[in-house]
Amino acid sequence: MIPAPFEYHAPSSVKEAIGLLERHGEDAKLLAGGHSLLPIMKFRLAQPKVVVDIGRIAGLDKIEARGSAIAIGALTTHDAVEQSDVLQAQCPLLPETASVIGDMQVRNRGTIGGSLAHADPAADYPGAILALDAEIVATGAKGTRTIPARDFFVEMLTTALTPAEIITEIRVPATGTGKGTGTAYLKHAHPASGYAVVGVAVVLQVAGGKCQKAAIGINGVAGKAYRASAVEKALVGKALDEKTVADAASHAADGADVQSDLYASSEFRAHLACVYTKRAILKAASRAG
Amino acid sequence: MAVSKIFGASIRRREDPRLITGQATYTDDLRLPGMVHACIVRSPHAHARIVEIDVEAARRHPGVVAVFTGRDIAGKLNPIPTAWLIPNSDLKTPPHPALAVDRVRYAGDGVAVVVAEDPYSARDAAALVRVEYAPLPAVVNQEQAVQSGAPQLHAEAPNNVAFTWKLAGGDANAAFAEAERGGVVVRQRFLNQRLIPNAIEPRSVVARYTSGSGDLTVWYTTQNPHIARFLMSVVTGIPEHKIRIVAPEVGGGFGSKIPFYADEAVVAFCARATGRPVKWTEERRENYQATIHGRDHITDLEIAARGDGTITGLRGKTWANLGAYLSTAAPGVPTILHGLMLTGCYTIPNIAYEVVGVFTSTTPVDAYRGAGRPEATFLIERMVDRIAGRLGMDPAEVRRKNFIRAEQFPYTTAEGLSYDSGNYAPALDKALDLIEYSRLREVQRQGPKDNRYLGIGLSTYVEICGLGPSAVAGAVGFQGGLWESATVRLHPTGKATAFTGASPHGQGEETTFAQLVSDELGLPIDDIEVVHGDTGAISMGWGTYGSRTTVVGGAAIALASRRVRDKAAKIAAHMLEAAEGDLAFEQGRFSVRGSPARSKTIQEVTLQAYLAWNLPAGVEPSLEASAYYDPSNFTFPFGTHAAVVKVDADTGQVELRRYVAVDDCGRVINPLIVDGQVHGGLVQGIAQALHEAAAYDANGQLLTGSMADYAVPRARMFPRFVTARTETPSPHNPIGVKGVGETGTIASTPAVVNAVLDALRPFGVTHIDMPLTPERIWTAIQKSAAPPAEARRQGAQQKDRR
Repeated sequence: MIPAPFEYHAPSSVKEAIGLLERHGEDAKLLAGGHSLLPIMKFRLAQPKVVVDIGRIAGLDKIEARGSAIAIGALTTHDAVEQSDVLQAQCPLLPETASVIGDMQVRNRGTIGGSLAHADPAADYPGAILALDAEIVATGAKGTRTIPARDFFVEMLTTALTPAEIITEIRVPATGTGKGTGTAYLKHAHPASGYAVVGVAVVLQVAGGKCQKAAIGINGVAGKAYRASAVEKALVGKALDEKTVADAASHAADGADVQSDLYASSEFRAHLACVYTKRAILKAASRAG
Repeated sequence: MAVSKIFGASIRRREDPRLITGQATYTDDLRLPGMVHACIVRSPHAHARIVEIDVEAARRHPGVVAVFTGRDIAGKLNPIPTAWLIPNSDLKTPPHPALAVDRVRYAGDGVAVVVAEDPYSARDAAALVRVEYAPLPAVVNQEQAVQSGAPQLHAEAPNNVAFTWKLAGGDANAAFAEAERGGVVVRQRFLNQRLIPNAIEPRSVVARYTSGSGDLTVWYTTQNPHIARFLMSVVTGIPEHKIRIVAPEVGGGFGSKIPFYADEAVVAFCARATGRPVKWTEERRENYQATIHGRDHITDLEIAARGDGTITGLRGKTWANLGAYLSTAAPGVPTILHGLMLTGCYTIPNIAYEVVGVFTSTTPVDAYRGAGRPEATFLIERMVDRIAGRLGMDPAEVRRKNFIRAEQFPYTTAEGLSYDSGNYAPALDKALDLIEYSRLREVQRQGPKDNRYLGIGLSTYVEICGLGPSAVAGAVGFQGGLWESATVRLHPTGKATAFTGASPHGQGEETTFAQLVSDELGLPIDDIEVVHGDTGAISMGWGTYGSRTTVVGGAAIALASRRVRDKAAKIAAHMLEAAEGDLAFEQGRFSVRGSPARSKTIQEVTLQAYLAWNLPAGVEPSLEASAYYDPSNFTFPFGTHAAVVKVDADTGQVELRRYVAVDDCGRVINPLIVDGQVHGGLVQGIAQALHEAAAYDANGQLLTGSMADYAVPRARMFPRFVTARTETPSPHNPIGVKGVGETGTIASTPAVVNAVLDALRPFGVTHIDMPLTPERIWTAIQKSAAPPAEARRQGAQQKDRR
């Protein structure tokens, strides 16, 4: 599996990387962990003339608690997200999600920024990022801007990033766990690729036995990850018994352009979305304590 | 751990240290001075006429040494032959050019080859070869391919039929007529899906031609170097004695490295034409397209039984998809290796069966682990469960009722094979015991929990191993012998080298064969080296496949060792001034019976054999012996596998909870290695049941073209396997072994499918095509006739409606 020839750059700063992107325009591709880009290059499905390897830029792999949020450097590997004490204590949904990405080799190399920028609808992070109302920090020539998760995923493999912008940080809220908050990520993994056929991320707040807030992000089902608003609406204000949750979860694929492939038809995928949504909600509810 | 007896000891594989520390040398690791690299240009179309090939841009690409098209090599390489010409079948063998000349017949068919200074330039230049194709309609499905009006692939094979092979024993029609009157007949169409072998090391070839001497040396990923040497000679015209084939470390084959591929001949041609050593290593994508696939049968099958569960007849027809060309062993796999095993371990006296081999515009299909026998075992083991379901009997009891009984061996089957030995019931009992069958049936009767349905599946199998008697090979059209060679050479210092004509590539015979030599000669195992896979070092051999290496090659090793011992005894007797008949040989020491102080070790004797200062009259110097072992029959290992699954009725997901494999492979040389062989076979067989399937679209494009789409089994998909054994030695094999390389693949597929369908009995579901994916299971449940309340009563001895 030999990719087409390309020019390789390994800038040592974000500024230098942006300069390369500006100079080479559409000919350039960013390389971080390489687990999305390199396979498609080896299949020659992507043949970028220039590869800008940002993997050597220092300082982009830190996880820091900042008040009510946690900032995650774009080059943080899935494994580092999974193992992070800060995230496990303050935003356990993300480590739980990271723990089921691909396999160990992928988790050791793949990065959260790279995965989000690639915007594969069957990747695992998008559902959690949406359910957490995370923010994506992008840096370009004109400086830094913050993109809310809801605006970030435009369509399959397309994000709100401009061609010469680089994700530098992801900010997630410190949801905590227990004491009324419960989160969960459940996926049905494709047996070959490990990608999510259906992946459901849930953030719940429960008080007085009733659901106060529900945020549900779903990846794998549609052309892009989405928030299951109908499910969320059907949960708020209600006690989370099995019947209520099942009824609410039956709306998991409402309005979604449900995808179909060799492994799962759109009908089956929509059905799985409902089942996994129900199970993820019940799991999150059981963790809300 | 002190090893008390070397035969039967769980010695760790001596192959492993070099493999797990990255010191093994695979073909792709080889670097020869002046070596250049080849890249084969392959057709993107499944079926097309080649209008024109323009190689000028590729030739001009920096680093390119040469570019050849099919037209350039036509007449310089002979067509790629088939080596299994099954008789009485009207077999058609249309020519298979090494590179397509005017027509391509599957997506992946080679049309040109680029040779360059480095693999990157070769790959880039290959992309510059411009081929103009006129696409022709493709045909992917073998049943459609034989219909009138279907696209025709070969002028020599009207209606794409390669052969029609028939099998008959007893009177099947009478058995069915009787069953229609008062028994039970079950009919079912079974699809045995196409699989991709997925050896982790792809195919690789390094060829060097020395024009000064006319020698061709080829290092490559083959399971059978001597067969490859013969076929290389046939295709290139280079005489056999001028060809040396070396199989360095080979990283898995599973049958996919048996065939002699066009690519290997093309690389040899390039080496000769350019005067440079040439390396070619296939990409994984090429491996998916241009290395053989396995299975791909459509079978309509009927089984007849009496009301008490006695099976009386089997009748059916299989359409076997052979792909675009006949691969090396292709005609024999769905016929001889499949049809002759259909009645399995049961006394089914009547059979009528037909196999139609069909060309389609797909990747050629050949032997994949088990090769024909998994397909046969799947059919009979599914049907036995169906009979049990229809009669409301326990599937274990239907099996027991129909088993060939221990006292019936040697047993001649309706297909005409003579099973050497067997004792099937104890293996079944042991498996039922280990899986806790009665307890699980009780749990099952209590109904599902959380909408998860428990299922228990059995597979009682027998397989044909130790290929095989050469006379039989000839009778069934295999263009070779199936005996095996061994040479055991002792060195003056008392160390030994054993040479085998088999070509192990992961099966552990470097260890087990050393155990055999050690057992026969009393040498420490670390003093014995096992050499294989080099036609320059080994006189002749037929390779590793068909669970034959230990059965046939191991027997040859033991026989050669015994000849060494016999010669050593003569020298020892002379040294000890005793009659040979008065000597005892134990633990590597010859001693005079009655006066044990008078003794010589085998090492002392060996030294004298080489010094030759004082040898007995008529005894030549040196101490080595060869044996050429041609078995008198096949061996027939058997056993019972049992699977326990839970099926999530909400998602269709199958969780494999437990798996018990009780195998009887005769005497066991190394239990650890036998377990390893069983484990590997199990994951491949279970993956066929649940996950793996190659898929084409209607245009002949492979939809499962990479490991991201094709579900190669992963460790996380499986529980801890429980392995156990019974031991029924082969009466005719010199070391009593029966072979175990394929049993896991053969037995496990139906065991797991039976378990899933057992779980789905409350829904009235009696059949789902493999692989049993969540969607297929969920869909079957949705379509099931049984109302949910009814469905919750499980495990009762109710009868299936279908």
